[in-house]
Amino acid sequence: MTDKKIEMIDVNKWFDDFHVLKNINLTVKAGERVVICGPSGSGKSTVVRCINRLEEHQSGVIRVDGVELTNDKAAIATIRSEVGMVFQQFNLFPHLSVLDNLILGPMKARGLSRADATDRAMHYLERVRIPEQAGKRPAQLSGGQQQRVAIARSLTMEPKVMLFDEPTSALDPEMISEVLDVMVSLARDGMTMIVVTHEMGFARKVADQMIFMDGGEIVESGPPEPFFTAAKSARCQKFLSQILQH
Amino acid sequence: MKILLALLTLLFLSSCASSDIWGWYVIDPTTKNGWINIKFLINGMGNTILVSLIAAGFSIALGLLVALPALSHRRWLRIINRIYVEFVRSIPLLPMLFWVFYGLPIIFKSMGLDIPIDPFWGAVITLALSDSAFTAEIYRSGIQSIARGQTEAARTIGLSYAQTMRYVILPQAIRRILPPLANQFIYIVKMSAFASVIGMQELTRRANELVVSEYRPLELYTFLILEYLVLVLIISAGVRWLERRMGADERN
Ligand SMILES: Nc1ncnc2c1ncn2[C@@H]1O[C@H](COP(=O)(O)OP(=O)(O)O)[C@@H](O)[C@H]1O
Ligand SMILES: [Mg+2]
Repeated sequence: MTDKKIEMIDVNKWFDDFHVLKNINLTVKAGERVVICGPSGSGKSTVVRCINRLEEHQSGVIRVDGVELTNDKAAIATIRSEVGMVFQQFNLFPHLSVLDNLILGPMKARGLSRADATDRAMHYLERVRIPEQAGKRPAQLSGGQQQRVAIARSLTMEPKVMLFDEPTSALDPEMISEVLDVMVSLARDGMTMIVVTHEMGFARKVADQMIFMDGGEIVESGPPEPFFTAAKSARCQKFLSQILQH
Repeated sequence: MKILLALLTLLFLSSCASSDIWGWYVIDPTTKNGWINIKFLINGMGNTILVSLIAAGFSIALGLLVALPALSHRRWLRIINRIYVEFVRSIPLLPMLFWVFYGLPIIFKSMGLDIPIDPFWGAVITLALSDSAFTAEIYRSGIQSIARGQTEAARTIGLSYAQTMRYVILPQAIRRILPPLANQFIYIVKMSAFASVIGMQELTRRANELVVSEYRPLELYTFLILEYLVLVLIISAGVRWLERRMGADERN
């Protein structure tokens, strides 16, 4: 156990001969919120996906709660059990009801009884404020509701770290705030979070650390205050001025 | 059904027009001999259906086993799948049947195993093997049609590979897999006719035997074809029913 929940040290990754991550260094302490932004294709998703081994890095060290990510299956399983992830496209299981989406992990991966898993699932559905939708299929819900279910599904595994990969980018504008509200309340409760997003209002509210990526590199990083007002690099300034206009 | 009726009418008409080439008496149910012949022919139905069902069962299991390596991110596993599928698909059924029926027992014997292969099991093994290449492809495309995000979401909530397949991928893939799989059953039924060559008492074998004693190939093979036609029409109706059900499931 360590104060550092996530450590990435000189991480490099290639897709065949395309160098997608270049010397990524990142430390996230317990309870810290990190927001990553940057143009499309800059490697934001890949960074996040390396942390729970949806992608494999080729050099450097990634540690989650002190456990190093290697090809060791046990280490990967341990890390996945501590890291929750929310995807842009929700990725709910369409053939299962909302409740069944939530109890699958606790029952099959954690060995909880159906009754215990259901209690836990209802607790987190209340947390994201849609307990009344438990019996529905995902397709019957709005996008905002689906994403809240996806957040609840991750929370039922009681992770120590939550990763969000553009959780509101696939949503209609009027649904963005209901999802961000849930994320803000998670942050208030002290969840360690890495959030890839372009919602700068949210970033200002919760971020302890801002990261700007471009071309597979971390170009700029630091606390929100100098980051938003006095970005050092021209690339970051330009990017911020573009997205802050909207 | 309409086609069947039209065909029967056509045959009836032509038999009236030129009674010298047709001799329907061999299977005329109103005569004692004709009725015995009909019973003899139709009795092959049981074996045709049984051999097809058992072969289909094995093929469905074997096909899944063959399809799984195709979904791996490891190249060599995918290559093994490709070799199996291409190899099995390219062997004509009859040589494969001969190899299994006459050749396989010799291999067994050389390994010190005394496993006799009778015509029934020879046919089952051959049909299952041959069909497994096709069922494997049906599984592969069905499973690949389920978005990658589903696997990733399952992995992030801690499910193992087997659990991901069992609870997330297969239940979704099944509605895309089942109709073509049922359709593939038609292939097995038709190919089971080859089992007549190694002496299995199924529809084709029975017709052949009767032709030898009755010298009425035109009528008997016509009857044989109609037997297969009825069988296949029933299966197709089943497939269409399945397709409608699976489609209805998908929409809710
Ligand atoms: N599986 C993959 N194979 C090859 N290239 C990929 C793959 N995934 C992503 N890439 C490429 O890597 C780069 C970074 O992708 P990504 O991390 O998704 O960027 P972002 O999330 O910042 O938009 C992009 O150029 C993308 O095309
Ligand atoms: Mg992305």
